[in-house]
Amino acid sequence: MEEVIETEKLAKRYGDISAIEGLDLRVHAGEVFGFLGPNGAGKTTTIRVLTTLTKPTSGNAWVNGFDVVNEPDKVKKVIGVVQQHLSLDRDLTVRENMEFRARLHQLGASERKKRIDELLDYVGLTEHANRIVNELSGGMKKRVSIVSSLMHQPKVLFLDEPTVGLDAQTRRRLWELIRRLNLDGTTIFLTTHYIEEAEALCQRVGIIHMGRLIARGKPLELRQKLGLVTVELLVNNKETRYQYFADRAAATSYVQNLPPDVKTIIIRESNLEDVFVEETGRKVGDD
Amino acid sequence: MVNVLGDIYSVLWVDLRFLRRHWLRTLATSIVSPILYLVAFGFGLGRGISFGDYSYLDFVIPGIIALTAMNGSYGGAGLKLHVDRLFYRCFEEYLLSPISLFSLAVGKALIGVVRGLIASVALLVVSVVISPSLVVGPLFVLVLVISCFVFSFLGVLVGLVAKSHQDMGTFSTLVILPMTFLSGTFFSLSQLPDAVKAVLYVLPLTHSSETLRAAALEQPFPWLSFLALLVFGVVFFAGCMIALKRTSV
Repeated sequence: MEEVIETEKLAKRYGDISAIEGLDLRVHAGEVFGFLGPNGAGKTTTIRVLTTLTKPTSGNAWVNGFDVVNEPDKVKKVIGVVQQHLSLDRDLTVRENMEFRARLHQLGASERKKRIDELLDYVGLTEHANRIVNELSGGMKKRVSIVSSLMHQPKVLFLDEPTVGLDAQTRRRLWELIRRLNLDGTTIFLTTHYIEEAEALCQRVGIIHMGRLIARGKPLELRQKLGLVTVELLVNNKETRYQYFADRAAATSYVQNLPPDVKTIIIRESNLEDVFVEETGRKVGDD
Repeated sequence: MVNVLGDIYSVLWVDLRFLRRHWLRTLATSIVSPILYLVAFGFGLGRGISFGDYSYLDFVIPGIIALTAMNGSYGGAGLKLHVDRLFYRCFEEYLLSPISLFSLAVGKALIGVVRGLIASVALLVVSVVISPSLVVGPLFVLVLVISCFVFSFLGVLVGLVAKSHQDMGTFSTLVILPMTFLSGTFFSLSQLPDAVKAVLYVLPLTHSSETLRAAALEQPFPWLSFLALLVFGVVFFAGCMIALKRTSV
């Protein structure tokens, strides 16, 4: 299988603080790879290293076969990056922002126009093309941000927390867009701390905690390893405990034999949050 | 070479779009201060003062044009870049593109040059009407353009290294403001003690004022100041390149 992103013992340290450590990643061509972890886990640092914005302290990383340290210009030609913050010039129109990115990627005049029209149509923003970005809603701004990063038809799209701060409906519309981009052939590297986002979009995930990759694989495989069914127990009205089982029958049988001090019992499907909690002893949302 | 020029224009393009949309406001805010200086110092304070063959008004106008070039170029290049870096946070888009850091530094400086020249030319038109003895020859134009480049590169440099809006304000208060009043803009440095003069010749606006004044009044041209201006330009440009390399690490 062709690897589009590959890292080998990748590390980035800021003084005594280690942002990422010994990171070994493989992202296959054509997949949506989710990089899951709490705030400050090292997700954004990883994206910054892979997109040539930050140099690693040690280790190696390649994007589409190009070394991110020694061949940054080649890397820049094959990647699109949507940063967590809106990196748009909010005094310009939607079309001007897109043209600005197209010019930075050295597209010719006719190609620029064709590509802008195509992408505006792709995300349903044609009628908003001449509006100043500052006047748009949060979801529209994010869509502009995404299509602006696609002007030069990148092979890999890096999305850093793409739905942070958006309402549920807008988030789902963006998920549709991400799926569509992937179906059209773009490999997507997505960071998120939303479990449901990783489960909804990603064919494979890597879970990062305190700069280290603690688990990776297909979401279903990771859950199977842990147990597909979770039993949540409230013991003595204060302590919540989790037990994992291969199937619902095993979980039900366990619950029937519980002692009387166990008050609340929830039986549900396990998720990636459970995988994270078991690996780290913390929840994804904990700082 | 064609690619480099294309990349430089691509960087400039986005700032030109902004300028096109806000040209009247930009022009008005650029020339209000110099016109106030012209009225206060040229017509008010300086009425009746003369320097041999020419009036104080003739003396002060090239200085105010140098000052306008500085403010227009420094602010035009530095403030927008600073806003793009720290407020809109879209500056990294340049670093994510395959254009060279050289094209980026020059492209970002060029918007300052454009804005500095627009403000200076607007003031020059007013000045030539009120003081027809001023000579606007090729040497004057050359010095004006070089001055705009020097202060634009200074603006880009400060815009790149400032960590906050306060940093920009602090630099303006501690460096730009004293330079405005002390660099031979409004008075001749020849009457000052040598020690003070030595300090003031470390400021680029001093050389810009002296060379523009000499060209406009057809005095012996201070080639040493012209050279100093070029050196300032090279130093500020080198500073921009170093700052950009650090930003992209």
